[in-house]
Amino acid sequence: MNTSTTQAHLKAVPENYTAAPGVDKLPALINIENFSLSYDKQPVLESLSLPVYKNHINTLIGPSGCGKSSLLNSIIRLTDYHDNAKLEGSINIEGKNILETSTDLLSLRQNIGMVFQKPMPFPMSIRKNFELPLKEQGVKKRDELDSKIETALKDVGLWDEVSSRLDKSAVQLSGGQQQRLCIARALALQPKALLMDEPCSALDPIATKTIEELILKLKGKYTILIVTHNLSQAKRIADYVAFMWYHQGRGKMIEHNHADVIFNNPSNPTTLAYVQGLTE
Amino acid sequence: MIHLPSDHSLADRLLKFTSWFCGLLLFTFFIYLFFDIASRGFSHISFEFLTDPPISAGRAGGIAPMLVSTLLLLALCLLISLPIGIASAIYLAEYTNEQQWFARIIQTNLNVIAGVPSIVMGLFGYAFFVVALGLGFSIIAGSLTLACMILPLLIRNIENSLRNIPNEYRINATALGLSKFRTIFQILLPMAARGILLAVILSIGRAMAETAALLYTSGYVTRMPESILDSGRSLSVHIFDLSMNVPGGEQNAYSSAFTLIVMLLIINLITLGLSRTIHKRSV
Repeated sequence: MNTSTTQAHLKAVPENYTAAPGVDKLPALINIENFSLSYDKQPVLESLSLPVYKNHINTLIGPSGCGKSSLLNSIIRLTDYHDNAKLEGSINIEGKNILETSTDLLSLRQNIGMVFQKPMPFPMSIRKNFELPLKEQGVKKRDELDSKIETALKDVGLWDEVSSRLDKSAVQLSGGQQQRLCIARALALQPKALLMDEPCSALDPIATKTIEELILKLKGKYTILIVTHNLSQAKRIADYVAFMWYHQGRGKMIEHNHADVIFNNPSNPTTLAYVQGLTE
Repeated sequence: MIHLPSDHSLADRLLKFTSWFCGLLLFTFFIYLFFDIASRGFSHISFEFLTDPPISAGRAGGIAPMLVSTLLLLALCLLISLPIGIASAIYLAEYTNEQQWFARIIQTNLNVIAGVPSIVMGLFGYAFFVVALGLGFSIIAGSLTLACMILPLLIRNIENSLRNIPNEYRINATALGLSKFRTIFQILLPMAARGILLAVILSIGRAMAETAALLYTSGYVTRMPESILDSGRSLSVHIFDLSMNVPGGEQNAYSSAFTLIVMLLIINLITLGLSRTIHKRSV
């Protein structure tokens, strides 16, 4: 495929995405329907739909600036940080549309964990990093706090590395350890889903491998929606892949299917061009 | 070693020399000031000087009432201004952005208040706290006036140290379902603690040096204050009075000035030590 045909494919972006016929009828923990997002009347995402399947690894791929992170932020309403964000359509989590004004944002965010690109432990002890969100959730008893911290740290394989230094500062850990700490911090709240925004892009290959193994381990227990720029990472871990593209600055959903279908036999030519590394 | 050609450019060397020279100048000035006051004031310092009341309008005797008044003024002033300062800074840094009109009005107000000459502030304190609120010449009226003076300094510095905290921390806290209250009080304020301490040091220096604003508010009687509603003379006012109005008071003026400088140095060192421990604890 040469450049001109790629350009032709880019123009072939469909106006309205409809669910791919091949995708299983699985229960979706998060169901995004006809969702649009705009900042200061500037559209960012346009009527996109996506089911996030329960206890699977759902992956979002697409070029920079197509709105993958914005979609993730919308799911836990981090978009509220922006004064003039407008969210339309619906994002249903267990049957409740979280875009409604009555949504309890604190419990929404405790139910849906989020891990960011850059690990950002709070500059305090490892223990305190867990205690702040746990106490907010209502966990007050010392032994209950301790056991939840231990479970979360064991879940991410960090317990043996830090159990003797829980009262030492979290910022002294390595980048990979910090990211696992941030994952554990989110898991300690026992969320239903974990959203991950390029969790490995700031890490070296060894730390990346550890996090990928961790994500695979968490599958089945948690619903995971992960944004990645790294196509080979998506190939290694994804069950389902959603491919986004932008058209006149608006992010759109192009195709959503089993990972092997997206990577080997996508129905949309833009998807094919992207997964073959011909665009970006 | 890598040879950097720019090291040899005349402009670079001139810049390096000028900045070094200005630093040296500042340091020399401080050392000169300190030793001038120390050489004239130190010989007279004794335990009695610090614990005795003044005799003959301060020509003889000690400075005990002024020490007590100064510390009372300072403590009350911080007690009043710190909560207001921290609360205002939280409002400005965490609930407004610099573009909003209300935030801009507050900022402009603060800048104006910060620029008001202290004698004008003293007249305001006299008209408002002493007369209108009926507090009379008192430590509390003086403290309130001092609080008005140092608030802009306090708010600005605390606001800046809050704004300097990367936004990612706030977003992480929000994503973890933390309330704004917990985020501010348990994450952001501890992170800004060093900046807050620095703001307090600057404010203490300003408050302890203040003379004009206190003349009309806390008064200048030399006796020991019995309560915060009593009038009291601060060390700075004492120094002013001894050197301007009391012939033969120069010796005690120098000794009082030396005491004031040493007090400031001690407070600075304590605060610096405190900020070190905070820093060590958090990193």
